[in-house]
Amino acid sequence: MKEAILHTAKLTVGYNKKALIHDIEIAVRPGQILTLIGPNGAGKSTILKSITRQLEPISGTVWIQNQSIQQIHERDFAQTVSVMMTGWTEPELMLCEEVVESGRFPYTGRLGLLSAHDHNKVKEAMELVHVTDLAGRNFNCISDGQRQRVMLARAICQEPDILVLDEPTSFLDIRHKLELLSILKELVQQKQLAVIMSLHEIDLAQKISDYVLCIKHDRIDRCGTPEEIFTADYIRQLYGVNHGSYNGFYGSLELDAPRGEPQIFVIGGSGSGIPVYRKLQRSDIPFIAGILHENDLDYPVAKALAAEVITEEAFEPIREPAIWKATEAISRCSKVICCLEHFGSGNQGNLRLLELAKQQHKHITTMVIV
Amino acid sequence: MKQKRSVRYAISYVVLAVLLCALLVLNLNAGSVNLSIGQVLRILTGHSTENTAIIWEIRLPRLLAAAILGGALSVSGFLLQTFFANPIAGPFVLGISSGAKLVVALVMIFFLGRGIILGSAALILAAFVGSMISMGFILLISSRVKKMSLLVISGVMIGYICSAVTDFVVTFADDSNIINLHNWSMGSFSGMNWGNVKTMTVVVAVSLILTFLLSKPMGAYQLGEVYAQNLGVNIKLFRVELIVLSSILSACVTAFAGPISFVGIAVPHLVKSLFRTAKPIVIIPACFLGGSVFCLFCDVIARTVFAPTELSISSVTAIFGAPIVIWMMLHRNTRKG
Repeated sequence: MKEAILHTAKLTVGYNKKALIHDIEIAVRPGQILTLIGPNGAGKSTILKSITRQLEPISGTVWIQNQSIQQIHERDFAQTVSVMMTGWTEPELMLCEEVVESGRFPYTGRLGLLSAHDHNKVKEAMELVHVTDLAGRNFNCISDGQRQRVMLARAICQEPDILVLDEPTSFLDIRHKLELLSILKELVQQKQLAVIMSLHEIDLAQKISDYVLCIKHDRIDRCGTPEEIFTADYIRQLYGVNHGSYNGFYGSLELDAPRGEPQIFVIGGSGSGIPVYRKLQRSDIPFIAGILHENDLDYPVAKALAAEVITEEAFEPIREPAIWKATEAISRCSKVICCLEHFGSGNQGNLRLLELAKQQHKHITTMVIV
Repeated sequence: MKQKRSVRYAISYVVLAVLLCALLVLNLNAGSVNLSIGQVLRILTGHSTENTAIIWEIRLPRLLAAAILGGALSVSGFLLQTFFANPIAGPFVLGISSGAKLVVALVMIFFLGRGIILGSAALILAAFVGSMISMGFILLISSRVKKMSLLVISGVMIGYICSAVTDFVVTFADDSNIINLHNWSMGSFSGMNWGNVKTMTVVVAVSLILTFLLSKPMGAYQLGEVYAQNLGVNIKLFRVELIVLSSILSACVTAFAGPISFVGIAVPHLVKSLFRTAKPIVIIPACFLGGSVFCLFCDVIARTVFAPTELSISSVTAIFGAPIVIWMMLHRNTRKG
């Protein structure tokens, strides 16, 4: 295991001499992504500002290798750490290319003139984040998402060892979110960069981070690998989620289930039920889902949205007790929706259930009619 | 892309240089005694005629002063605009020129009353003190209000207060002092001598070189403090350097020519539009040239349009500068949408 390139010791940060977060112990190694998550206003940005010298720490030290960051010369620090924070000023008459070029300043002489080598680095960075076609555009006249990518190119061409990003995905559409994360992964693997960033999108954080730091109520609540952090219970607790639910495996969010007596029974499976569950949830109609294997694609969503889920154990054929339970449930509902068109050999139980529903003279449809 | 930019810069510099030469010639020729280019050339090459004194003792120092001080003023404006990240910041609107004017007036009245005539270095120093006092107030206000429009309004108010106090003390000064002081406090390039020109050349040249050496951190600063700091700029030191240099430059102008309005805003804006960039390394020299051109142009108008009555230079710069500033603000808002 490599040694940490940046670590903090008993770091306390805050504004105007008022301590906000105490005893922060962070360590990040080259080739690692450390992500800070937590509710709004928890102090993620404050920590990022304190480790990049924008904010004096209240107490404690930030170490880069074995030097305190307060002792590192400005130029050396600039060559080691580059940042991309939220928000930007509106520079007058600056082309995107010039914005990216500014990332080379720590490598230039007294007058800041770029060499051919510097220009190459600028070109490379712009190609990497796909902003080459923006080069000649005015930085103030492009979209927020484009600006964010230009700023990322700027940070990359600074050739840092540590990249600090404050909510780097906030203005990006999904394509560019994914692109940004894969670029980061690539940089981390190829150039052995260390990345420290804050993210709002916990689903993304779960997928990209090597290590996650959770900040809540002005303290470090927990830190660990994504597997340790992203459990349904902990995320609910961290963000104080009262409504809806969080799925730890997929990182997905679901709203609360409709309340009241179930009116509809939904026969689903292998993904066919999900759109129906969602539609019923939106129409605020309580329903029962069944019969689902516990490893079925529909199962987690049904669990979150249905009033009741009739289940069968994973890898078992559907057995009698489940069918009895489902038949009883159908008798309480006025309608049955069957999302399945074909019933495989492992799913004969649901075919039988459909027959039984027909015998009960229930109104059977294949989609939601509200 | 890069080549296109360089070509544009080169053409723009040539345009400014041609304008500067043309205005230098015009300033030498025009006036109460109109001289032809041939006559002027003969005088400059050492042939003495009855108009030698007009050229050598009056027009040449005056046009040099206008060129140097105009350039200094517009560079000072550019520095303040970078500092406040606001294109309508300038030594005049922020009340810095007026602060300088007030202190210079007080110092002059105090010493003239005791029969002491101050040298130009002392006047620059007084103007610098005045600039820094106004600047201190502006910085104090800017730490409280983040809105740029409020800052500019505060600056204008500081300017009014200083001007009012200056008028007050000038009114009660000795009769013999008033005429000189009054002219000066309105802003004028008249009465420059070679001694003045030498002093201002030294002060402005040194400040300009130092300013030019700041162009790298200034470029980084244009993206905002966070990124400048991340690029290795020592923000505290840089801010002090910027403030001191812009104050020295505008103080030098005020000490010799009184407060001159709008040059500090209008010229940097025109220059930036001409070059289509705000890159300090390109714009600082260009601002100097542009300021020279603008002030030479305004001064020749001040001298000749209602000759023999001379207009105050500030009235002329306001007539040409203020519409540019208004146009610029309108243009800025529409472009954003």
